[in-house]
Amino acid sequence: MSTTQSSAEQSTRSARRPGDTIFAGLATGAAFTILVALAGVAIFLTLEGWPAITASPEEIGESNIIVYVWPLLFGTLLAAALAMLMAAPLAIGVALVISHYAPRRVAGIVGGLIDLLAAVPSVVYGLWGIQFLAPKVLPFYQTLQERLGFLPFFEGPATSGRTILTAAIVLAVMALPIITSISREVFLQTPTLHQEAALALGATRWEMIRMTVFPYGRSGVISAVLLGLGRALGETMAIAMVLSATGVVTFNLISTQNPSTIAANIALKFPEASGISVNVLIFSGLVLFVVTFLVNFLGRWIAGRGQVKG
Amino acid sequence: MKRTSFRRGVAPAVAAIAAISLTAACGAANEDNGDTGGDSGLSGTLNGGGASSQEAAQTAWRAGFQSANGSGVTVNYDPVGSGGGRESFISGGFAFAGSDSYLADQELTDAAANCGADPIEVPAYVSPIAVVFNIDGVDELNLSADVISQIFNGKIAKWNDQAIADLNEGVKLPDADINAVHRADDSGTTENFTHYLSVVAPDAWPHGEVETWPIKHGEGATGTSGVISAVTDNPNSIGYADASQAGDLGTVKVQVGTEFVAPSPEAAAKILEVSPRVEGRPAVDMAVDLDHKTQEAGVYPIVLTSYLLACQTYEDAATADLVKGYLTYVVSSEGQKTAAENAGSAPLSATLSDEATKIISAISAK
Repeated sequence: MSTTQSSAEQSTRSARRPGDTIFAGLATGAAFTILVALAGVAIFLTLEGWPAITASPEEIGESNIIVYVWPLLFGTLLAAALAMLMAAPLAIGVALVISHYAPRRVAGIVGGLIDLLAAVPSVVYGLWGIQFLAPKVLPFYQTLQERLGFLPFFEGPATSGRTILTAAIVLAVMALPIITSISREVFLQTPTLHQEAALALGATRWEMIRMTVFPYGRSGVISAVLLGLGRALGETMAIAMVLSATGVVTFNLISTQNPSTIAANIALKFPEASGISVNVLIFSGLVLFVVTFLVNFLGRWIAGRGQVKG
Repeated sequence: MKRTSFRRGVAPAVAAIAAISLTAACGAANEDNGDTGGDSGLSGTLNGGGASSQEAAQTAWRAGFQSANGSGVTVNYDPVGSGGGRESFISGGFAFAGSDSYLADQELTDAAANCGADPIEVPAYVSPIAVVFNIDGVDELNLSADVISQIFNGKIAKWNDQAIADLNEGVKLPDADINAVHRADDSGTTENFTHYLSVVAPDAWPHGEVETWPIKHGEGATGTSGVISAVTDNPNSIGYADASQAGDLGTVKVQVGTEFVAPSPEAAAKILEVSPRVEGRPAVDMAVDLDHKTQEAGVYPIVLTSYLLACQTYEDAATADLVKGYLTYVVSSEGQKTAAENAGSAPLSATLSDEATKIISAISAK
């Protein structure tokens, strides 16, 4: 009895070495720093954005701040949503090929190439979008307008490739590597026993993936999509270059009349802004901050719910 | 293994030798310049700023002025925009400023209070704004202000519209939608362009003279380069931009009276001569109300005029001499030629250049 007690004491004493104290302190400090930084940003945005709420219509250029921010918020959400609509299925498909379908060597090469996409700076995507993609997709938009012009999305007139749909395609390409690489890791974690059991019960490969890989990876994939969404919401340079922004609210995806996004609008307007218009821009930044927060919380909630069920 | 270690050893050594010889060369060069700088009698730093339209020309002028006067002279030009330039000039932050529009009456009073006398305002940079287009197989188009307005506000949607065809007999116009490109950011180019449209075609362009594109029609592009690349990359587009940036794009000949005039520097410079001076300005003020409606032959009517602002007297002699020297160089035929070569601007006529030189020569210390 006494010996066990003393050995327990010894082990607690050995846990109190300086290395542990220092490491625990450093880790706590790191966590605390993040909180301070986040709080600092929030406080700055609120303080500097506040004058915009009470600013007179002449100073904002619109009747009030909500009328100013709403089209930008709409554009941000529309572009990001379209991008996710394209990127998420594609990324999950690529991740499955890498984790389950392709031979190991091919999978490695494909995975590496996809990861390379993440290393391309966004300004380069902007150049690619404006000089290469936009002229190339214009004939496609014109066909859409001819054949599906009765739908409000493809009303047109399609006279330029610099539309919100092109911007969404660029965003999708940019978000693709993030979603792919996380999904791939999650899919690879699926217990081999589950998969073999499914196959042993006579499941085809698709049924095996549907029964074992997807349920197991669900929350991870949702987190991956949300990270991609975060990138799409905050992307600035590529959008600022690609999009022909005129500040309208419309679901028409292929005309030259497009809503701008919050981040792109700040980047384009800030160099010439002075006085209260700076506060207006910062206020729009605050709105983006809050929206990004809400999206993240929503995602965590969905992911958490999935885990309990699984 | 041996080779790598050899390279590793040699590379820094070569770099070091290069660096040393470079520093030595620079040092020698500086000394030489310092000597010549003493000859012209000018030295010190001159700070100015303002209109970004002048940026390319200012770079050429600074280079020309500094090489003529040696390394003792430094001129800085901060392209903060016309409004910012005027503000800083009035508050005394800039010794001189560039501005795309002349001083408003209140600004004139404020500037006079800061300078101690009426401020000098001389035209320094005149540049035609070209209406550029990209249509396969068409190099030249004749358009009137009325038709240009209708194209940019969407009333005319197709290139083979009767209104365009009537002005361009014999030109094969495509049956395609017009893509009108405008500046998405606030811009002096937009201001001058819409000023022209609102004066000459007030019925077709009821949106007035504005810095920010006023209507929800057409494609928005950022900066002059953005407009040019949007038009270049996309057939059947039309846009407006500084003529020096038009490159290989087709340019519109604009109707003046009964003839159609292309945006050449000479045709653009002419408008300053036929336009009246702003009324009620001091003698040292050369501000001009551009007469866009002119019917004079050979005048191109869509022009950006940028001014230089300075005081008649400065606190210290060094600044006064620098401002005087720099501005004299800018409006001289040599300076105007440099700007025309480097920034594609239209040189001032001899008459205007002489008048400006005379005004500038009176700059002195208090």
